Amino acid sequence: MSAKSESHAAPAEPTLPQAATIRAAALVAILAFLMVAPFLFYPIFLMKLLCFALFASAFNLLLGYTGFLSFGHAAFFGGAAYVSAHAVKEWGVTPEVGILLGVAFAAALGLVMGLIAIRRTGIYFAMITLALSQMFFFFCLQAPFTHGEDGLQGVPRGHLFGVIDLSSQTNMYFFVLAVFLLGVGIVWRFVNSPFGMILKSIRENEARAVSLGYSVAGYKLGAFVMSAALAGLAGGTKALVFQFATLTDVAWQMSGEVILMTLLGGIGTLIGPVVGAGLVVTLQNYLATSDFPVTIITGVVFMVCVLLFRRGLIGEFYASRLGRRLGFRPER
Amino acid sequence: MIFGIPMVALMGQLLVGLINGSFYALLSLGLAVIFGLLRVINFAHGAQYMVGAFAALLLLKMGGVGYWWAVILAPVIVGLLSAVVERTMLRRLYDLDPLYGLLFTFGLALTVEGIFRYYFGASGQPYSPPKELAGAVNLGFMFLPIYRGWVVIASLVVCLAVWFLIEKTKLGAYLRAATENPILVQSFGVNVPLLLTGTYALGAGLAAFAGVLAAPVYQVSPLMGSNLIIIVFAVVVVGGMGSIMGAIVTGYLLGIAEGLTKVFYPEASNIVIFVIMAVVLILRPAGLFGKEA
Repeated sequence: MSAKSESHAAPAEPTLPQAATIRAAALVAILAFLMVAPFLFYPIFLMKLLCFALFASAFNLLLGYTGFLSFGHAAFFGGAAYVSAHAVKEWGVTPEVGILLGVAFAAALGLVMGLIAIRRTGIYFAMITLALSQMFFFFCLQAPFTHGEDGLQGVPRGHLFGVIDLSSQTNMYFFVLAVFLLGVGIVWRFVNSPFGMILKSIRENEARAVSLGYSVAGYKLGAFVMSAALAGLAGGTKALVFQFATLTDVAWQMSGEVILMTLLGGIGTLIGPVVGAGLVVTLQNYLATSDFPVTIITGVVFMVCVLLFRRGLIGEFYASRLGRRLGFRPER
Repeated sequence: MIFGIPMVALMGQLLVGLINGSFYALLSLGLAVIFGLLRVINFAHGAQYMVGAFAALLLLKMGGVGYWWAVILAPVIVGLLSAVVERTMLRRLYDLDPLYGLLFTFGLALTVEGIFRYYFGASGQPYSPPKELAGAVNLGFMFLPIYRGWVVIASLVVCLAVWFLIEKTKLGAYLRAATENPILVQSFGVNVPLLLTGTYALGAGLAAFAGVLAAPVYQVSPLMGSNLIIIVFAVVVVGGMGSIMGAIVTGYLLGIAEGLTKVFYPEASNIVIFVIMAVVLILRPAGLFGKEA
């Protein structure tokens, strides 16, 4: 691709830095920003942002690379939050063990929901995942260990590996940052693995993937479980950041929120969901003090996104004339 | 006594199930009608149901318009508003992946519910049934509130009327033909875009009608539709969206199943429809009445 475009490049065009360079520079800039950010901004806000960015990236792993729109990702996010919070508070395990238990739970739940949901595709898949997560919501509403409407409160952050005290906001921030980088790294690795390539081929032409001998259902299920597990990683971490887990995390509105973040940033781009999560969390933070309902804004942004820029902010940039000249390629 | 359950309790819950089933049937019918022609899953259906109930409430409070007029006016108002939405926005999404229609109507639902919550608060407001339908009759084995009997009968009549309209009339034949092949139907001189608008308005009107019926049974609140719509989605998945009659029958059946669960195992009554959905998906992925895979 790059060799081809070079041979066709018109000599009159001014030389612009290429996509790879920009990507690397942006990555370094973002990393540098994240290292100094806790000294400039409110750490809880930053940690919330990182958790949701990871959640959106996990969601995008499924939607962006398999084309499956899950309307039930709150179940994995909130379910893991409950399990992590319960393990840390009631069983007294260390934070990393608590989070891993949350991830394991989310993966198991993803396996069960996935086995049922992947029997259908498209809008049916969306409706089924929504219904299944609503079922999980009712379970959480009635199960004793979630404490119903009150939620699990006063969860101690504890000591990471039994050594590092996470009640310090700075320590906690860098722990969350490490989790975020690990999670996004896994997404990146997954998408660019042979497994990820096969997922894309299934998205583009399922019949052909079947005829090539791939077990399509197995790959779809694998992607669904992976996405659920990473959503659980985000949820478990979020429970420790805020030190509580409530029904809000498992409600369908949460599933809608993560869809919005991904759609706004750009479905099927790596950085898009992170940008989308940043915008949505900032907006919520800004509106939290006013009595104007956030759902109106959320709803309008949804409609505008769908009507006017379906590729999302990052996706539209990639597809724009400037983006193309810089050598970015839109995902689809 | 049946299976150790008092007759009165059993009949009472059966009636509750039948009432809920009436709403499931009306709403899943509207969803099926819209999906059949537009290929859009109308996530705003719950919001349209809620606006229908609010229209009845506001007509009464501001205009002094009573229940009987509201039953007709509220669906017309919601239908017209929805037609405007279809003409100006939803129409642009027909050529795209159906997921975008779902996402757009989801955003619409959030916006509308947010606006109503901003102006009317989250708590419910009562709406009393008309005096002609107040009171109850003694059926011998139980007391039947007259309004609840009316809900069941009215929803049944409207469901069957819509079924007749689509399956047995000439307009319905156009609709079904346009579902199969819109371009061909258009080339025969039928105004397909108008048909699409009308269909969306009809579906939304049905939701609003259900909302007016529900107003005296439940409280009128901005969030009354958002939890209901998720259950109705499950109903639609169970029934499969291929058949109008399938949507109606599944709606009533699942309502009754839910009512019976309340008698025998109340803890599961919230989730029984979702459990049935999961079982149906495992045994018959296309749904009970579905044709498409």
